[in-house]
Formats: sequence, structure tokens, C-alpha cells
Amino acid sequence: MSLLLDVKDLVVRFYTQEGTVYAVNGVSFELEEGETLGIVGESGSGKSVSSLALMGLIPSPPGKVESGTVMFEGRDLLTLKPDQMRLIRGKEIAMIFQDPMTSLNPVLTIGTQITESLKLHEGMNTSQSRKRAADLLDMVGIPDAYRRLDDYPHQFSGGMRQRVMIAMGLSCNPKLLIADEPTTALDVTIQAQIIELVKQLKDEFNMAMIWITHDLGVVAGIADRIQVMYGGRIMESGSSHEVFGDSRHPYTEGLLGSLPRLDSSGEEKLTQIEGSPPDMRNEPVGCPFAPRCDVREELGLEKCWDERPPLETVPAASGDGAHVMSCWADIREGVA
Amino acid sequence: MSSQVMTAEKRKSLDENDVILEVTDLKKYFPISAGIVFQRQVGAVRAVDGISFHVVRGETLGLVGESGCGKSTTGRTILQLYRPTEGSVRFEGQELSTMAGNDLRQMRRRMQIIFQDPFASLNPRMTVGSIVSEPLQIHKIYSNKKERQQYVEQLMEKVGLNPYFINRYPHEFSGGQRQRIGIARALALEPSFIVADEPISALDVSIQAQVVNLMEELQDELNLTYLFIAHDLSMVRHICDRVAVMYLGKIVELGPVDEVYDNPQHPYTQALLSAVPVPDPQVEENRQRIIISGDLPSPANPPTGCNFNTRCPVRFDLCFEEPDPPLIEVRPQHYVSCHRVT
Ligand SMILES: Nc1ncnc2c1ncn2[C@@H]1O[C@H](COP(=O)(O)OP(=O)(O)OP(=O)(O)O)[C@@H](O)[C@H]1O
Ligand SMILES: Nc1ncnc2c1ncn2[C@@H]1O[C@H](COP(=O)(O)OP(=O)(O)O)[C@@H](O)[C@H]1O
Ligand code: SF4
Ligand SMILES: [Mg+2]
Ligand SMILES: [Mg+2]
Repeated sequence: MSLLLDVKDLVVRFYTQEGTVYAVNGVSFELEEGETLGIVGESGSGKSVSSLALMGLIPSPPGKVESGTVMFEGRDLLTLKPDQMRLIRGKEIAMIFQDPMTSLNPVLTIGTQITESLKLHEGMNTSQSRKRAADLLDMVGIPDAYRRLDDYPHQFSGGMRQRVMIAMGLSCNPKLLIADEPTTALDVTIQAQIIELVKQLKDEFNMAMIWITHDLGVVAGIADRIQVMYGGRIMESGSSHEVFGDSRHPYTEGLLGSLPRLDSSGEEKLTQIEGSPPDMRNEPVGCPFAPRCDVREELGLEKCWDERPPLETVPAASGDGAHVMSCWADIREGVA
Repeated sequence: MSSQVMTAEKRKSLDENDVILEVTDLKKYFPISAGIVFQRQVGAVRAVDGISFHVVRGETLGLVGESGCGKSTTGRTILQLYRPTEGSVRFEGQELSTMAGNDLRQMRRRMQIIFQDPFASLNPRMTVGSIVSEPLQIHKIYSNKKERQQYVEQLMEKVGLNPYFINRYPHEFSGGQRQRIGIARALALEPSFIVADEPISALDVSIQAQVVNLMEELQDELNLTYLFIAHDLSMVRHICDRVAVMYLGKIVELGPVDEVYDNPQHPYTQALLSAVPVPDPQVEENRQRIIISGDLPSPANPPTGCNFNTRCPVRFDLCFEEPDPPLIEVRPQHYVSCHRVT
């Protein structure tokens, strides 16, 4: 496998009337060809902003990518001109969002919306692109696809709209698909349909994928690697087996402990993380999790407040050394 | 005879004969009208279409199912926020569906609701103190202002809010704190029964456990009974004693949580549970998913025969020919409505 995407030291801020929002504060990660990376974290932790930044989609103003590089196939995407970026978006990198209703144009038919990108990127004519659009809808499991090309988005259910988005995303055979909470608004039975579909298509198309979610269950089933975000930073990252089976970071530990399990009777009290997520308008110093961290409290670590812990290889991790975390506590073998 | 039954949730022992709520053949239809000048009814949304169940004092009954299957309508119709189209709701021995005026107002003190969205459900122009004490004022409890304030401060402490913030406004609180304000308000009139309609769905994962733990502590302390409406089936297993699975306005399966989760009988319940992702890659690798195709049919135009026959992976002739299968008891306390299960 070879490296497809290499993000280094990404910093994104929003300069709003209520002050500066420190949305992403030095995020670095890599993605191999064909690999699936799951990005998890609570709302506001910087998941969407990081992925919008690498697609060149940060609204500016108020947003600004302050620093960082995003190497994709030998080019730094952050230095590309808007029209160069437009050619990459949709063709090489596709993105699907949480709410397909807001990303589909309500006044254009489904067919028009899919064929548009086929005409732009693949140079097809109308009848070629309609044929291909119907094939794509058929592939994502929309019955009677050719006839439904002339329907409008509101005539489709939520699950079908998300299928349409996936069909559009895949229309030009992208190398990378970024899916930002694509199933969060859907019922679990429909979510299962969509996940099954995406897994199957991913193999068929041999794409790499970034799947963003706050649902740890969803990424456990699809991701090769997991990256846990908090306060605009990466707290822990590693293979999904390591992050779930041998989590070391106090935040990951807390999060996993607070989740009830479908497959065991819930007699024990849930462990809870005290306090609430950080206000992103405070300039980040130290570890963003410090105010809520019980390990810091137990060990009386003062450093956590004013020095930022680097992302380093987890000592004595069970895997291949790709398990990293950002924490001052000396956590070995799961004990602090 | 009153038997002490240990439920799945071992921290509780419930008296099976102390039924606090009995719902029988409850229906709630919403009319669909057409016409500009003369409105006439052209159909009905069968949001709740003939459901029966009971709730025992001190227990938590979960209500699960896909969006639009009628969970919230069930909760609201029980509380008489919607009047039933048909059927009976008996609460603490009294029939609510025919009750009105002052009698109903008095009964409502005993039953409260907590909503999903702590942002939308609190009046932004009222302080926490006035939000929590509003029900007390409506029901004219505590004429003495000082006493009332003391009581509100006690309530705030009980739900883990610092009484120091009594004069602050909702926007100054986080989502989890706002849900605590909603809970304090619901507790103000000392209810015995609370409908919690997706109380944690809008909260961050790390905050959900805080609110669920609080709800469990309050239940133990105040002997509260909950109808817990939720999407999150893992949380339902954790917090509930029994669970009712709804599909298109009807209950398709009902039973003790561990029994239903470990041994689901209805094909819809089986598909629903198999679709829930588990945060454990090892488990996920070996999961067998039952993927059901298609979407939920419209409750304005439900299928004839069994409601689930448009999506059911194990349907056969009978499912189209016969009307809905009745809820039958397949194991002690475990009820299923399916022609395949007899
Ligand atoms: N006031 C109303 N007027 C007309 N139809 C309604 C009304 N309230 C609910 N419905 C319809 O009744 C059905 C059941 O709705 P309900 O809100 O009870 O679903 P739910 O199970 O709570 O769904 P969710 O999980 O999305 O909250 C839906 O088809 C809904 O559109
Ligand atoms: N357009 C914007 N203007 C101002 N602040 C923003 C904007 N978009 C995102 N933010 C802020 O950036 C932070 C990270 O947001 P986001 O990446 O969307 O979080 P999530 O992890 O939920 O996807 C949050 O504090 C959010 O409020
Ligand atoms: S760096 Fe300190 S505060 Fe942050 S997670 Fe580690 S121990 Fe906790
Ligand atoms: Mg987001
Ligand atoms: Mg509802």
C-alpha cells in the first residue's frame, strides 16, 4: 500500500463576532490507499472542520486555515487555486454529508444533479450520462432507477436521498470518499442498509475512506483505523482493534466506559465523564481534556494545564507501533 | 396475591400487581384534510393503531421503533396532551380518556414529560428559577415566595445543578445542564410517572451517561415510574426493565429486556437488534446482520394484512390474507405479534 493522504499540523480558526473559535488545533494524520479511517468525537470536536479544510471548503470569512499541509498524490491541496480544487473535488475526492436534503438541490431533478458532475468530469453527453446515472442509482439499490431520474429530492425518503448522495459521490470513481455522519439522521435499519452498501462499493471501487461519526459502534464495524478527537485535537489513534481493545487515553477510556452495550445486560452503573465539552472560544493551552480528566486529578499532574502533550507512540502497546496518543500521564499496560 | 418479582435490573424489586398505568386498545388517528374553502377529511394518519400494555409502579418501560412509528404520539396520548381516538388509559386506577377540566388537571400533576431537545423545550426568556417553579405557580402550591424558592433550590441540587445559578437563563447552560433543568421542572409537582421522550438523543455521548445515571438515581430515591422512549437500543437495554417494540402504530413485541434482546421473536425486532452497531470490532467482525429492504410504509396508508408484510424477510401467504396477528404470550411475560410465531 502507498500513502494517499498526508495531513500535517492543520490549524483552522473562525473569527466570529463572539470571538475566535479555535476549531482545529494542530491535527496530523495519514491515510493509505484503500484504507478506512474512522474519525470519532463529540459534537464540536473539529471532525467536520478538519475534513472541510482538506477539501478546501472552509467558508472564509469567518474561517481561515492558519497553517498545515495536505499532501494528496504529491500535491499540497491547501496551495491549489479554487478551480484546480474544483477538479479534484468530485473527481478524485468525493464527500457525502449528514443531511442529504441540504446537499441536494431541491429544485433540480435527481437525474440532473447526477449527470451534471458526469458531464463536467467525464465529458459525457446527455444520453450517456443519463444511462450512467440510472446505472449508479440501480447500483445503490434504488428500484426503477431510470424512471426515478426525473423525480425531485422531496419525492425520496431520507434513506433513498442518502443513497443518491452516495451514487453521486461514486459517479467519477474517486480515490477517496469522505463521509461526514452520513447515517446519523437515519434509523438503524436504514443505517445498516447504507453501511452494508458502502462497504461493498468500497471494495468494488478500491477507494480509501474517511468515515466521521460520534457513534463508536458504527466505526467499530467499518474502520481499519480509528482517530479519537477532542477539543480540536487528536487524543488517540490506532488500529480499531487497539483503540477499542487496548485504549489508553483517559478520554477514550471514559467514552467507552460510558457506553452501554447491546450485547450484555445493563446491570452496572455507567461510568460517567464529569463536566461538559470545552468552549472552543478559549485559546487552547495544555491538554483540552484536563478539566474533565480523572487521571490528571489522581496523579496530581500540573503539566496538563499549561503544556500541550505531544502525539506519541503508546508505550507497551499491543500492536505495531502505529498506536499513538496525546497525554502526559505515563500510562503503561492500561494502568496509570 | 402480590408477588415480588426480581427484574433483569437487579437493583430493583417490583410488585407485579401494583399496576400504575393500563393502556387498552389505544388509538390515535390524525385527520388528513383537503379542500380550500370547505375542509373535508380525506383520510387519517394512524399514528397509534390499537395498542395495549401496562406499566408496574417503579419500573421503566422502554418504547422503541423507527422514526414515525408512533412512540411520541403514544406518550402524549397517555398524558392526554392528545385525546385518544379510541381506547382506554387507566392511571392510578382512574380512567383518563373521559376525564376533563379540573379532574384532569389534578391527575396531570402526577404525570410529567421530559422532552428530547433541551434547547427548544425551555423558554429562553425565563430564568431557571421561574422555569422550575412555573408548575408550582400554576397549581398554586407554596403561596410563600421564600418557601417556594427554597424548594426550587432543593430541586436544583437534586438534579445536580448549582442553586447559585437560579437567576440565569437557559442559553447560559450546556445541553446536559438544560436537560437537568427540564428534569427539575418535571419533578416539581412530585409526579409518580414520567414520560421521557428521547431525553438523551440530543446530548453529547459523554453527557448521556450523566443524565441516565441521574434518572436512575431519582427513580430509586423517589420510586418513579418511567416510560422511556428512545432510539438508542443499547441504552434501552441498560435503563429499562421491559421493552415494547413498535412498528407502524402497533406493538409487535413486548417483554423483559434481557429476554427480548437475547431471544427476539418478531422478525422486525430481530432485524432492528441486528442492525445496532456494537462498539467492539471483534464482535462486529462476526455479526450476522439481517438487512431489511425498503422504508417504513406511510401510516396514512398501512398495508393490509400484517403491517410488516412489505419488508418482512420471512413473510408467507397468511401475512397477506389475515388481519394483524394478535399479541400472544410465547414465554412468561414475553409477547409477540407474528403469524410465524405461534
Ligand atoms: N399532530 C400531528 N398531526 C398529524 N400527524 C401527526 C401528528 N403528530 C404525529 N403525526 C404522525 O403520526 C406518526 C407517528 O408520529 P410520532 O411523532 O408519534 O412518531 P415517533 O415514533 O415519536 O417518531 P420519532 O422517532 O421520529 O420521534 C407519524 O407519521 C407522524 O407524522
Ligand atoms: N462556519 C463556522 N463559523 C464559526 N464556527 C464554526 C463554523 N464551523 C464550525 N465552527 C466551530 O468549529 C468547531 C468545530 O466544529 P466541527 O468540526 O463542525 O465539529 P464536529 O466535530 O461536530 O464536526 C466548533 O466549535 C464549531 O462551533
Ligand atoms: S494530558 Fe493530562 S489531562 Fe490530558 S488526558 Fe492526559 S492526564 Fe488527562
Ligand atoms: Mg460535524
Ligand atoms: Mg418522537
